[in-house]
Amino acid sequence: MEPIYLDNNATTRVDPAAVEAMLPFFTEHFGNASSIHAFGSKVGQALKQARQQVQTLLGAEHDSEIIFTSCGTESDSTAILSALRAQPERNTVITTVVEHPAILSLCDWLEKEGYIVHKLKVDKKGRLDLDLYKSLLHDGVAMVSAMWANNETGTLFPVEKMAELAAAKGIMFHTDAVQAVGKIPMSLKDSKIDMLSLSGHKLHAPKGIGVLYLRRGCRFRPLLRGGHQERGRRAGTENSPSIIALGRAAELALEHLDYENTEIKRLRDKLEKGILAQVTHAFVTGDITNRLPNTCNIAFEYVEGEAILLLLNKMGIAASSGSACTSGSLEPSHVMRAMGIPYTAAHGTIRFSLSRYTTEAEINHVIEAVPPIIAQLRKLSPYWKENGPVENPEEAFAPAYA
Amino acid sequence: MWEYSDKVREHFFNPRNSGPLEAANGIGDVGSIQCGDALRLMLKVNPDTETIEDAHFQTFGCGSAIASSSALTEIIKGMSLDDALKVSNQNIADYLDGLPPEKMHCSVMGREALQAAIANYRGEKWSDDHEEGALVCKCFAVDAVLIEDVVKANNLNTVEEVTFYTKAGGGCAACHEGIEEILAKIKAERAGPGEVSPPLKPLAPKPAAAPKLTLVQRIKKIEEVLESIRPMLIRDHGDVDLVEVQGRNIYVNLKGACSGCMMEASTLGGIQQKLIEALGELVQVLPVSYMPAEA
Repeated sequence: MEPIYLDNNATTRVDPAAVEAMLPFFTEHFGNASSIHAFGSKVGQALKQARQQVQTLLGAEHDSEIIFTSCGTESDSTAILSALRAQPERNTVITTVVEHPAILSLCDWLEKEGYIVHKLKVDKKGRLDLDLYKSLLHDGVAMVSAMWANNETGTLFPVEKMAELAAAKGIMFHTDAVQAVGKIPMSLKDSKIDMLSLSGHKLHAPKGIGVLYLRRGCRFRPLLRGGHQERGRRAGTENSPSIIALGRAAELALEHLDYENTEIKRLRDKLEKGILAQVTHAFVTGDITNRLPNTCNIAFEYVEGEAILLLLNKMGIAASSGSACTSGSLEPSHVMRAMGIPYTAAHGTIRFSLSRYTTEAEINHVIEAVPPIIAQLRKLSPYWKENGPVENPEEAFAPAYA
Repeated sequence: MWEYSDKVREHFFNPRNSGPLEAANGIGDVGSIQCGDALRLMLKVNPDTETIEDAHFQTFGCGSAIASSSALTEIIKGMSLDDALKVSNQNIADYLDGLPPEKMHCSVMGREALQAAIANYRGEKWSDDHEEGALVCKCFAVDAVLIEDVVKANNLNTVEEVTFYTKAGGGCAACHEGIEEILAKIKAERAGPGEVSPPLKPLAPKPAAAPKLTLVQRIKKIEEVLESIRPMLIRDHGDVDLVEVQGRNIYVNLKGACSGCMMEASTLGGIQQKLIEALGELVQVLPVSYMPAEA
């Protein structure tokens, strides 16, 4: 059997149509869009089209609101640093504890630089307390940055509502929508969202291309200064092949939006139910009724995630884990810890993320493959005896912790 | 992800001696909660011969934790308890053809479980004395706790000093920001909460031109300095000898793990710094290979 790829929240296969669209821009249309001659003008036209394709996917009002960047991380950094530099009288950023490191690491550094960062906590299901959020909105806040969808659990934050609350207090709102764009419908022109980050490689475009949506009229300071590319808001020669591929991928994502929310969702639900029906002491993490249609994160108690991934990989199945050992750090996923998932379960979380290339046969195969793997590892686990966890697992096995 | 050796993969996919051991008379439970690894080692020891007749494990952990546990049981089966106590974490890693630096703690956990199990058999109490922190230097597998301890114990102030004492930061240099953060944190702790930095002390009056040392006095001083450095080198399985002193050039012989180590230059640099301070003159420390053939 062909390898089964269920790690689409990490990255996606580039759509062949997107590859086809970009290839001529390496060869015959290699020109620089800034040039006055014919080599450049062809590229300029293609960039304009790609900008409109992204605009349509996001439901933005103007195509000039689309700024091409090198990746989601660049978009995130640009957004937050711009808000602070454009409003020097404001020194506070509000974000959440479950953001991607692209936001959290930046915010940690901002704190060292003397800014104030409020990180909103989440409940057991990964949800925010909006009343608390409202109480934190004040004149000193330069920007609120909250992710639209969580990369590990798929949990959606009510960013449109949050943007309205921020706007009512005159506060800029940014959302890291890297996981959400292309998976759920959005219409930015009907929202109060000021900035939004997206990343090409999460929606079947190449790696190394991202977008910062910047609402017209929102005060802005560029991260990179130089040439007049992107209207001076992001200097540097355009990555034209990737931008054109992203445009095509955005068009395809829009075409598949219904499929994503019906068929892919059905397959995801089938996978989840199929596994949970056979494996005891396992549960889905995050806000089950309000999450991305393609993402499912299951915590398998008393086993460790990297071990599960290695055995899955041996069977040709690719997924990812929130365990400490897969991240290179010693801590399990900050998202799982923020939701208060116990260590014995947090280390055993596995994320399956589907795409429009996922087939029913693949899902059936994974449903068959997972239960024996968990059983095999539980046999090795000191927390487990024949048919279930040992009684009072925390007491029965209480190692001398280093 | 990790590059595991074939041996690690093999022991993970087909672990030896897994599961409970009914006849066990020595059990060691160890783990590291942050890392999510926990290991129970069960030994069946023959009380007459004090040899390990059988060893089983149960492990909650990643691929290399399971492989390290499996390897450990294979290594110690048939060993006397005294021999088993000599098994080091490096022995376990070597048995598996090496572990990635981030995963060396898995082998440490194995060794600790072994010590704990033998202590349990002997009716002793085993207590763990090492604490593990986040990995800072990936080139030499040095964690934050070790760096903090060494910085505090030796009153270190610069990244270079940390590299000299712990090797951390001596490879790709990507962790220098992390080391600087640790230094800044400890510096802040030293200053105490709310306390402003101590007032600048007036510079100590320049020592009157130090009396010129005789050659014998210089060599004695040099030996003193080398003696003070030696324990650190020995800890890393190395050593140093003074070979010759020619004017301002001091030739030394780095031995053991120090010779050919990629840190050789920085080790020499550290020794040189200490000698300059001790002798009060500018000297150059060179490996013996630099010594002119016929002086």
